[in-house]
Amino acid sequence: MEKFTKLTAVAAPLPIVNCDTDKIIPARFLKTLTRTGLGKNLFDPLRYDPETGEENPDFVLNKPAYRNAEILVAGHNFGCGSSREHAPWALADFGIRCVISTDFADIFFNNSSKNGILLIKVSPEELEMLMESADRGANSTMTVDLENQEITNSDGEKITFDVDPFKKHCLLNGLDDIGLTLQKESSIESYEEKQKASEPWLYA
Amino acid sequence: MVSKPKTLFDKIWESHLVDEQDDGTCLIYIDRQLIHEITSAQAFDGLRQTGRKARRPAANLCVPDHNVPTTPGRGGVDEIEDDESRIQLEVLEKNAKEFGLPFFSINDERQGIVHVIGPEQGFTQPGVTLVCGDSHTATHGAFGALAFGVGTSEVEHVLATQTLIQRPAKNMRITVNGSLPTGCSGKDLVLAIIGKIGTAGGTGHVIEYAGSAIEELSMEGRMTVCNMTIEGGARAGLVAPDEKTFEYLKGRPQCPKGAQWEMAVEKWSQLPSDPGAQYDTEVELDVSEIVPQVTWGTSPEDEIGITGEVPNPADVEDENRRSAMERSLEYMDLKPGTKMTEIAVDKVFIGSCTNSRIEDMRAAAEVAKGRRVADSVYAMVVPGSGLVKLQAEEEGLDKIFTEAGFHWREPGCSMCLAMNGDMLQPGERSASTSNRNFEGRQGPGGRTHLVSPMMAAAAAIAGHLTDVRDLMK
Ligand code: SF4
Repeated sequence: MEKFTKLTAVAAPLPIVNCDTDKIIPARFLKTLTRTGLGKNLFDPLRYDPETGEENPDFVLNKPAYRNAEILVAGHNFGCGSSREHAPWALADFGIRCVISTDFADIFFNNSSKNGILLIKVSPEELEMLMESADRGANSTMTVDLENQEITNSDGEKITFDVDPFKKHCLLNGLDDIGLTLQKESSIESYEEKQKASEPWLYA
Repeated sequence: MVSKPKTLFDKIWESHLVDEQDDGTCLIYIDRQLIHEITSAQAFDGLRQTGRKARRPAANLCVPDHNVPTTPGRGGVDEIEDDESRIQLEVLEKNAKEFGLPFFSINDERQGIVHVIGPEQGFTQPGVTLVCGDSHTATHGAFGALAFGVGTSEVEHVLATQTLIQRPAKNMRITVNGSLPTGCSGKDLVLAIIGKIGTAGGTGHVIEYAGSAIEELSMEGRMTVCNMTIEGGARAGLVAPDEKTFEYLKGRPQCPKGAQWEMAVEKWSQLPSDPGAQYDTEVELDVSEIVPQVTWGTSPEDEIGITGEVPNPADVEDENRRSAMERSLEYMDLKPGTKMTEIAVDKVFIGSCTNSRIEDMRAAAEVAKGRRVADSVYAMVVPGSGLVKLQAEEEGLDKIFTEAGFHWREPGCSMCLAMNGDMLQPGERSASTSNRNFEGRQGPGGRTHLVSPMMAAAAAIAGHLTDVRDLMK
């Protein structure tokens, strides 16, 4: 997994509430067998006209100032709906490394950190401030510093944020969960021995 | 010392703890995993790249469902014309074989939607932890199993280690009092709940459904309720196992038999929450007075009784909510004040892991019997599994549907997510028994109204949304 330490990049405002994963990447793009290549269809229903397939010039990521955005400032309950990890894959493939909102759906939250994307929860007032900063086009650069848990906007205003210590550790070091878990293999084995004795039918 | 009363969730969680770190991060054991074609290829690739094996192949069950054709008399996988779809299905089969996991092919009568076949095979059992790379995994909570959707990285994690890294969820209890009135089903009940708590109401929680209306539901009805838990923002929903649960499971292929069955039932009977157990959040509602529910917007919380009208955003104070409603209505092409029963539909879809079990088929057939689908409507019925299809055909339900002008299809997810070619065209409107009315969910530019199987059948016949109770008089 790619490490996340400190990021200075353009932040794009996306004030949609309850933005679901069908909107982030619709089902018809889920026939892929790899984790890459989904960036061109990120936010497909918003980014392109459903009938002609042409770019919708009003959509934020189609505007020249935001084409290289790496941070999204998004509305409440971002990433709800389907569990598809294609959503963070599409975000990552487009180049988004950090999403800031007042709340995220649980499954999306887990999926993102496993793909090196940092999700930051802020208060409604903080979101409003960051949304305003993000609205300033190419001047909307922000710095996200995971080590110090701090966001700085282009005016130098700072916000601190909370992060799960374990997720922080994994993101900072780019650690693979499975490798970490396998260090506990003996605990898994003894759990299985015990369960086999008390619920043998689960091992039939 | 008397121990603290525990909830059903606490009991399952504690009995599956493998390890707990100082910071509260837990490693929990996963007993069962269902695997389908859309969220697994990258997980198997990950195993190959790292030279890892599946730790317990028999703890998994693989089946294609999301992207399978549902055309009557569909052939084998090799007959699928769309290259990407065919390859995706071939890859699932190849992966299952390579890693030694049980697999049902599309020509196997046991094939079907993951959340229909898990319970059908007795793969789902009370007290187990069960995951699948699909957010509607909460369905299995109807049996008192802790079941939740995971992403592909977690699918790989479970394959390799039989565990997941998790933090405990909060406990929420939704007590549903009263008895469901005629014309209403588990679907109406759960839509009413989501309307009350909102799509993020359950975030961070596991929801336990309790109360007389839940106890009275059949296992199918309980599955419908738990299925839509994710639409209320919670990852898992639970119903305490009872006699109905045991009766449903007894004799299923993967359930324990003989003396082990007795042992299992005794263990499962200990699962219900202890009296006095504490919940972080409690919600209560009474459903005795509800009317059949229908959605008007693009979020499952946008629901209203069929006797109501499209709401007016101008009446809403909260600015976020108002703008979301305005956007929904624009997408749905609906005007505030329109009677719900005046909304014409182009397509009707009866199916999905929410409503494609035998009881759903029976309920829809009862409404369809001796009636005709309106000329302006294309209506399809997609059973949830090959076994549901066979059972329905044995009962003659397929005849009732086809004589009424419904199309009777092969099992799969179909128009629930519109991957396999069963979809809405831009601007088309559906009455659908599925679980999501998001923009574009049933096809780009498509408009979805979520309803129960009875209400969907009624809409097909009327050509517009309608109150099924009028047909029941
Ligand atoms: S029927 Fe729909 S919601 Fe259910 S598993 Fe299939 S795609 Fe997902």
